Amino acid sequence: MDIVVCVRRVRDGAEPGRSAIGPLERHALEEALRLKERFGGRVTALAMGSPPAGRALEEALAAGADRAVFLCDARFAGADTLATARTLYYGIRRLGPFDLVLCGNESATGATGQVGPQLAEFLGVPCVTHVRRLEAPAPDRLLAERALEHGHMRVEVWLPALVAVVKGINTPRLPTVWGIMAAAEKGITVWNAEDLGLDPHLVGLEGSPTRLVRERKTEFGRRREIFAGPPEEAVRKAVARLKELGVL
Amino acid sequence: MTRDVWVWAEQRQGRLLPVSLELLGKARELAPALGGAPAAVLLGHGVEEAAGELFAHGAEKVYLVDHPLLALYQGEAYADLLARLAGERGPEVSLVGATALGRELAARVAAKLGTGLTAHCVDLYVNEEERLVQVVPGLGRGTLWEYVCLRNPQMATVKPGVFPVPKGDPGRRGELVRVPCDLREESLRARTLEMVEEEPAGVSLEVAEVVVAGGWGLHAAGGFEPVRELARILGAAVGGTRPAVDRGWIPEELMIGQSGKTVSPRLFVSLGASGAMHFTTGFLGSGVVFAVDQNPGAPIFEVADVGIVGDLRAVLPLLIEELRRARGGSAPAE
Repeated sequence: MDIVVCVRRVRDGAEPGRSAIGPLERHALEEALRLKERFGGRVTALAMGSPPAGRALEEALAAGADRAVFLCDARFAGADTLATARTLYYGIRRLGPFDLVLCGNESATGATGQVGPQLAEFLGVPCVTHVRRLEAPAPDRLLAERALEHGHMRVEVWLPALVAVVKGINTPRLPTVWGIMAAAEKGITVWNAEDLGLDPHLVGLEGSPTRLVRERKTEFGRRREIFAGPPEEAVRKAVARLKELGVL
Repeated sequence: MTRDVWVWAEQRQGRLLPVSLELLGKARELAPALGGAPAAVLLGHGVEEAAGELFAHGAEKVYLVDHPLLALYQGEAYADLLARLAGERGPEVSLVGATALGRELAARVAAKLGTGLTAHCVDLYVNEEERLVQVVPGLGRGTLWEYVCLRNPQMATVKPGVFPVPKGDPGRRGELVRVPCDLREESLRARTLEMVEEEPAGVSLEVAEVVVAGGWGLHAAGGFEPVRELARILGAAVGGTRPAVDRGWIPEELMIGQSGKTVSPRLFVSLGASGAMHFTTGFLGSGVVFAVDQNPGAPIFEVADVGIVGDLRAVLPLLIEELRRARGGSAPAE
């Protein structure tokens, strides 16, 4: 099974002991490694951004990914989800045929959950998001459990496909010393917009149809009656005020 | 081409989700400024009754696609149909509820149409250039970012609970447009086999009149128990911040904020949460906000109507006692 895992870099990785890979992407990587253990094949970790690369891809290699690719170009900066998905698509296209793309359901920061489905659309494959359980009854077919607000759906999906996972699907493994040593030998491939044959007008801010036009401060219009001082008195006054407001 | 404002009418087993009606209310408000009409797109099987409810809540047109294979959400087919319809009819704006399914669908449709999509909108309005302004929480205290989309349709997702459900008028009628569909089972490369709906345990956050939420500051008061105790006294639903989830005090589905639930209860109580924007955007629509924290400079007090600054270990037991008295000394519900 040829699997590509989209790995998001997080700034926390600068701190020793913290993972440089986004929390959900670690689950995606773990799921990929488990599928490879069962069916054989190859796991490719793919990250995108403007330099520097950070430690995320090294960490993916140490955990067991076979190769790592960093789509790196200053022109990728300012990309919205559509331009991000398009860039990842060109990267995967350059990698060649695949069976499965795994990604986190949403980033820890933007949390839009849009890049996965948009990437699937560019790739022309089906996708299942919010996946909390994944079974592979055969190497060309998956059974996914998609979490809903109150409940779930069971979805059967034929490969190639894209699956976006949520927390709880698995427990990510920790890199071993052996893995860390092996990672150093694998190396990271770096591709820029030209390497991908990607028109620079289609990436980064320029390739993004959404535009930030204004930042403003908001007036919350709250009463802001804050009681401090001796706790007994503050509690009594606050509760009396809530009663007057008719909410108790 | 129209200048209409579309809403994806999400139904599960024939029942419309409230968020679709909430968005329809907003669509009605936006449409006149754009010179168009509010319309809904309803996909499913045997769901015509829901169209009546959409008319009652302000849709002037309902595009209905009825097919046995559409009874359950089928990602690719739903996205194909919505994108094809939008391509043919050219709506100005297309709004989708940010549910587990809506977020996937909207993203896929936006990519098909090559248009922009903005998530986490807390407000939407039309500017002087007759473009849709999408307001989302920014970084930093009380900061909002306003986005516009350079292409059409301008697409946005909005969480359940951000806008109120408009009052329905069962007498209202509209134009029902039946859209043919020749979907075949073989064409579904991903197929939803079944949907299992679970009843939420306890008072559901989304519909609760009172919500009590806790944050990381509670570790100083020995943990999350005061939140549960207050919730019992007030008959409230329990929620919390991201750190409360990370500490294992509450499950992820009770998280309030940007990547969690949005609630608009009559009374929102926040205990030991400093008030990071990622959290506060989840309850901005509440009637009255009551906050307790030990840090007088905490941003939670900027979004509170009534607040107490003090040591949580001292304040919380007194508060529990005082509120129990205020509620007529009624015994806990459990």
